[in-house]
Amino acid sequence: MTRKSYLIVGALALALVDLLGLYSLRTPAKAAAGKQVIRINNGAEPKTLDPHGATGVYEDLLLRQIYEPLVARDAKDLHPIPGVAESWKMSKDGKEYTFKLRTNAKWSNGEPVTAEDFVYAWKRILDPKTASEYASMAYPLKNAKGINTGEIKDFTKLGAKAVDAHTLKVTLENPTPYFLSLLDHYSLYPVYKKSVDTHGDRWTRPENFVGNGAYNLKSWEINKSIVMVKSPTYWDNAAVKIDEATFFPVDNLDTEEKMFRTKQIDVTREIPPEKLPFWQKDKTGVFVSSDYLGTYYFRLNVTKGPLKDVRIRKALNLAIDREKLVKYVSRGNQNPALAYTPPGTGGYNPPKVLPGDLSRLAEAKKLLADAGFPAGKGFPKIEILYNTQEIHKKMSEAIQAMWKENLGIEVGIINQEWKVYLNSMKTLSYDVARAGWIGDYNDPNTFLENFMTTNGNNMTGFANKAYDNAVIASQKEVNLEKRKVHFAEAEKILLDELPVLPVYIWRRNFLKATNVQGWYPNIQDLHTLKDVWLEATPG
Amino acid sequence: MGLRYLLGRLAVMIPVFIVVVTVVFFMIRFAPGGPFDSEKQVPPDILKNLNAKYHLDESLAKQYVRYWGDLSRFDLGPSFKYANRTVNEIIAESLPVSAELGLISLVWALLIGVTAGGLAALKPNSLYDYIPMSFSILGICLPTFVIGPLLVLVFAVWGGWLPVGGWNTWQDRLLPSLTLGFAYAAYISRLTRGGLMEIRSQDFIRTARAKGLSEGKVIVKHALRGGLLPVVSYLGPAMAGIISGALVTEQIFNIPGLGRFFIQSAVNRDYTVVMGTSLLYFSLIFVANFCVDIVYVFLDPRVRYE
Repeated sequence: MTRKSYLIVGALALALVDLLGLYSLRTPAKAAAGKQVIRINNGAEPKTLDPHGATGVYEDLLLRQIYEPLVARDAKDLHPIPGVAESWKMSKDGKEYTFKLRTNAKWSNGEPVTAEDFVYAWKRILDPKTASEYASMAYPLKNAKGINTGEIKDFTKLGAKAVDAHTLKVTLENPTPYFLSLLDHYSLYPVYKKSVDTHGDRWTRPENFVGNGAYNLKSWEINKSIVMVKSPTYWDNAAVKIDEATFFPVDNLDTEEKMFRTKQIDVTREIPPEKLPFWQKDKTGVFVSSDYLGTYYFRLNVTKGPLKDVRIRKALNLAIDREKLVKYVSRGNQNPALAYTPPGTGGYNPPKVLPGDLSRLAEAKKLLADAGFPAGKGFPKIEILYNTQEIHKKMSEAIQAMWKENLGIEVGIINQEWKVYLNSMKTLSYDVARAGWIGDYNDPNTFLENFMTTNGNNMTGFANKAYDNAVIASQKEVNLEKRKVHFAEAEKILLDELPVLPVYIWRRNFLKATNVQGWYPNIQDLHTLKDVWLEATPG
Repeated sequence: MGLRYLLGRLAVMIPVFIVVVTVVFFMIRFAPGGPFDSEKQVPPDILKNLNAKYHLDESLAKQYVRYWGDLSRFDLGPSFKYANRTVNEIIAESLPVSAELGLISLVWALLIGVTAGGLAALKPNSLYDYIPMSFSILGICLPTFVIGPLLVLVFAVWGGWLPVGGWNTWQDRLLPSLTLGFAYAAYISRLTRGGLMEIRSQDFIRTARAKGLSEGKVIVKHALRGGLLPVVSYLGPAMAGIISGALVTEQIFNIPGLGRFFIQSAVNRDYTVVMGTSLLYFSLIFVANFCVDIVYVFLDPRVRYE
C-alpha cells in the first residue's frame, strides 16, 4: 500500500464510525418546556410485560404503571385504596367480596374496563396452558387450584363472577385476610382479551399492547430501554403529573451509580456495596434508605449430621453476633433480625426471641457441651453453602469465624453457581445455606407458610405439626388481633426449633434525585408513577 | 485456488456442526438446576404445566429430535426466560448491536495496532519501539473491566463530555469501542511488530533494499504483506468473538448486545438461548476462519491449497 492508500483507508474508517453514529443519532428525550420526564433504572430486563408471566420485582415496577389493579395501595403505608373498583363489601365470614367497578375506567384503546375482564384474566392465569409460574397467587379464589392443576375442567366453577359489567363477585376458598393486598399483585391484574387472542405471545409488544394503567407503553427495546407515556384514556389522568418515563435495564451497579452521578438517570435500583459508606455520608439528600419486607437468613438442614440435634442448632444461633454482622459486613443500615418475620409485616410485630449480640454465649457453650462436643471438640466438619456472590461470601466467612472463635468448631464454606445452589437446597444436600426471602404481599403469611411441612420453599427438612396448625389457624381467622396470636405461636416454634438462622431485615438503599417527589419509601418498595412528580429545580 | 480444498473445508463443517449441537444440547440439560428453578420454588403442579408448555416433559431423545426438526426450519424456539420472545428475535435485535460495536472496535484495533506495531518494527529498540510496546503490554494486562470504568471516570464522570452508558447516539459508541478495541490493538501491535521483524531479515527484503528502494517503501510494499499474516490469522477468531458480543464491555456500558445473552442464558439455564447463541458463535468462528484462509492466499504467494 502507498501512503495515499493509507490515508484513504483511514478516512474510510473514520467515515464508517461517523456514519454508524449518525445513522442511529437519536438524542435522548429532552424535557420540553413544562414537560415532566423521569428516567429510572429498573435494574434488569423484565422477563415479560405479561402480568401472568412475570415473577419478580423487575417486572413489578413496570407493570404497575401500565395496569391498574382492582384494589390499589396507598403510596406511603400500603393500605388498600380504590383502584378500578371504587368500593367493595366483604361478607361476615370473610369468604365473599362484592366489588363495584368505576364506570369511567378505560383500556388504553378507549374500551371500558369491565368485571368480565377480571374474570377472564384470572381464568387465564389459572389455565394450565398459560403455564404461569405465579398462578398460585390466585389460589385463594374458590376452585382456583383445581383449575390450575387440571382437576377441574369447568372454568365457570372459579370463584369469580361478573354480575353485570361493573359488579364483580368473588368467592374464596378460605377467608383470606390479605386478599385485598393480593389484588395489587401483578398476577391478579386484568389483561385485555382481544389483544391476547389476536396477537398470541406478541401481545405485549408496544404496537399490540392494551393496558388500563396511568401509563401506556411507547417502546420496548430489549436490554436497552422501555418508554412509557401518560395515558390519555386513564380515568384519573388529570392527577398524573409525569408525562414520560424511561426505564433502563442496567444491571451493573457501578454503571448505574455513574449514570446517576452524570444525571443520565434520576432514580437507581441499588448502590454498589463498596460505595455505601460514601453515600451514607452524603449531605445533598439523594441517598435513600428504607426498611424492606425481606429477611436475610441461613437455612439449617435438620435432616443431616450434627444439625439434627436442636441443641446444636441453638448453640450455632446464639454464637453469631448479628449486630456486628450488619455493622461490619452487610453495612447497609440493616437491622439485626430478632425473629424471622420482619417487624411490622401486615401490622404484626413478631416476638423478639433471638439475641442481637453474644449476650447468651455461655448458654450456647453449655448446649454444645450437652450435645457431646465440649468446646467444640470432635465436632464433625460441616459446610456453609452460598451462591457465588461477594457479599454472601463475606457473610459466610464472618459467620465461619464467629463459630470458630465462640464455639471452637471448624466449618468450611463452599460456593456454588446460582442454579446449582438452588438444586442443592431443593435436594437437601447442604448443611448450612445462605438464603433470603422477600415477601410477596404485606402479610406474615408470605413468610410463615414457607416452613410448613409440605411447602416447597421449606427446603430444610423441618416438619412440625404444631407449627403447621398455627399457620393454618392464622389463614382461616379473619380478625387481625386473633391472627397475631397464631403468628406469634408459629414464630416461637420456628425460632425454638431453628431450621433457620435469621441474620438481618432487608433494607433498600438507593439514590434519588432531589427533584423527584412522591417516590415514598414503603416496606414493599412499590412505586406508582401516578404518585410521583418532579419539582422544578432552581436555576 | 484449490476449489476442492475450500469445498472440503465446507464439508467438514457439517459433522462438526452436528457434534456442536449434540454436545451443547446435552451438556446444558445435564447441568444441575433447570430453567424454572428460582428462589421461590414453583409448586409441582405448576412446574408440570410449565414443562408441558416447553416440551420439557418429553424424553431427552424426543426433545433432541424435536430440536433438529425446528432447526431445519431455522426456528431456534422460544426463550424460556424472556417469555414473549423467540431466540430468533433476540438474535435479530441484539446481533446488529454487537456487530456494530465489534466492527468499530476492530477498526480502532487495526488502526492503533498496525500503526504502533509498524512503527516499532521500523525503528526497533528505539523510543518508537518502547513506547508503543509498553502501551501494548498495558493493554494486554489491563482487562476491559478496568479500562472501561477508567475511561468512563475520566471522560464521562469527571469530564462530562461523553455519556456513561447507553446505545443511542454516536457519542455512546466512542468509549465502549475504544475499550474493546484497545485490548485487541495490544495484541495486534505485538503481532505486527513480530511479523515485520521476522520478515525484514528475509532474502526478498534484502533484494528489495538492494534495488535501492527506500526503507518506507520496503516496509509498506513488501514486508507488510507477509508480515501481517499472523495478524490476519489472529483476526479470524478475534472477529467472531468481537462480533458475537463482548459481555464485559456490554455490561459496563449497558449496551443491548448479544454477549449478555450468551452468558446470562447459561446462568439462567435458558436452554434454547444457550443453543441459539452457541450455534451462532460456532458459525461465526467457522466463517471467519474460512475467510482468513482465503485472504491468506492473496497475502502470501507461497500459500497454496491443494
